[in-house]
Amino acid sequence: MEGRFNWAGVIDFLPQLGTGLYYTLLISIVGLLIGFILGGIFGLGRVSKNKIVYGLASVYIEVIRGTPVLVQAIWIFFALPLITGYNMDSVTSGIVVIALNSGAYIAEIVRGSVQSIEKGQMEAGRSLGLNHLQTMRHIIWPQAFKRMIPPLGNQFIISIKDTSLLSVILVPELMFQGRLIASNYFNAVEIYTTVAVFYLAITLTLSFVLRIIERRLDIK
Amino acid sequence: MIKVKDLHKNFGENEVLKGIDCHIQPSEVVCVIGPSGSGKSTFLRCLNMLETITSGDVVVDGQNLTDSQTDINSVRTEIGMVFQQFNLFPHKNVIENIMLAPKKVRKLTDQAARDRAMKLLEKVGLSEKAEQYPGQLSGGQQQRVAIARALAMEPKMMLFDEPTSALDPELVGEVLEVMKQLAHEGMTMVVVTHEMGFAREVGDRVLFMDNGLIVEEGNPDQLFNNPQSERTKGFLNKIL
Ligand SMILES: Nc1ncnc2c1ncn2[C@@H]1O[C@H](COP(=O)(O)OP(=O)(O)O)[C@@H](O)[C@H]1O
Ligand SMILES: [Mg+2]
Repeated sequence: MEGRFNWAGVIDFLPQLGTGLYYTLLISIVGLLIGFILGGIFGLGRVSKNKIVYGLASVYIEVIRGTPVLVQAIWIFFALPLITGYNMDSVTSGIVVIALNSGAYIAEIVRGSVQSIEKGQMEAGRSLGLNHLQTMRHIIWPQAFKRMIPPLGNQFIISIKDTSLLSVILVPELMFQGRLIASNYFNAVEIYTTVAVFYLAITLTLSFVLRIIERRLDIK
Repeated sequence: MIKVKDLHKNFGENEVLKGIDCHIQPSEVVCVIGPSGSGKSTFLRCLNMLETITSGDVVVDGQNLTDSQTDINSVRTEIGMVFQQFNLFPHKNVIENIMLAPKKVRKLTDQAARDRAMKLLEKVGLSEKAEQYPGQLSGGQQQRVAIARALAMEPKMMLFDEPTSALDPELVGEVLEVMKQLAHEGMTMVVVTHEMGFAREVGDRVLFMDNGLIVEEGNPDQLFNNPQSERTKGFLNKIL
């Protein structure tokens, strides 16, 4: 085994992998932030009594959940410009994909958490004279948010891993850089192992942070 | 203070209230008894529109609830409600539970809401629990906080839906004691209860409901000692 793989040589590629890591984090963070906003809006749409709002939210969620991320990415990057006549660069497209995709799943997390709050909480709020919005804001939402954290963390991890699929639409993220290096230098084992370790480092860090947040909120 | 005229309530095909008529005077304490499923909770919940009214009229403090012009939120500020399951807000501590609505609805300052909450906690005997969370309290303590929370809006009347039914027997007394005090202070109260002792001692009037109707009503002495209807007799025999 000794000498067959050049692990030390990986160091030379760290700057390039670092660039990839930068894009992976950029797309994950911006995409998930927008996804979180979309999820909040469409999740509340799914608990709305308004039929149109409910219908729109449902269509969005079903379309996204019913199609693969890879298809969504390719469609948005290659097909959408042919319809709109407007070209989006690959990084923007990548952010859009992650935002739209995570938004649908986060919407379901929001819906599930809001609906998991006992009916009596809304009734108690309303019987005190708070209006629907005030009750949502001060009573339902804070409790639902707490219950959202574990499944949200899960979704964040899934979305971060999904960014690796964006290499097919030429987003210069971690996986893309790895493939570029490996195909030029024939060091697939070293490079793909390193890439995997990078992803693991991100997701483990996130898990760790989430566990701390959960514990903090639990004390209250 | 509360006027109910020919109140009907359906859940889909199921007619749960079949024409309720009832007047409740200021400072009156009305106890509602009857078998489970007879529509007592539904009746109570129609009085503050937690249930939509299928037909009939409910007039509270001069405002007709079925009138689309009526601001239901403002009517509700005049009607306190206490639930069987307490329904305290678990993410807020005791004093925050009490302060929330006075601040958000009555627009009280933080200090004014706090002063009012502390006074009410004293009244229900829980001053030292102000900073605790609902989960740290016994059922009886939680229900007393729930009463204080409702009172903090300074309502003109209070609705109680089996306030002691979820409590261990040894905790029932402390809640009834608070309610008794409230009745003596002249609060208008509608109380759905299985506590016949309370109904007898505190109630000005008792309504017996069965199958969506008020079958019989009268002062406690009359209704308990000399019931007219066979159904009332049957029910009282079963529970006493
Ligand atoms: N939200 C609801 N949807 C459908 N049926 C209901 C609902 N709430 C109550 N009911 C029905 O109405 C009837 C009366 O219930 P309720 O008013 O809770 O009776 P009580 O308080 O006297 O036990 C029951 O048959 C119950 O199943
Ligand atoms: Mg009931």
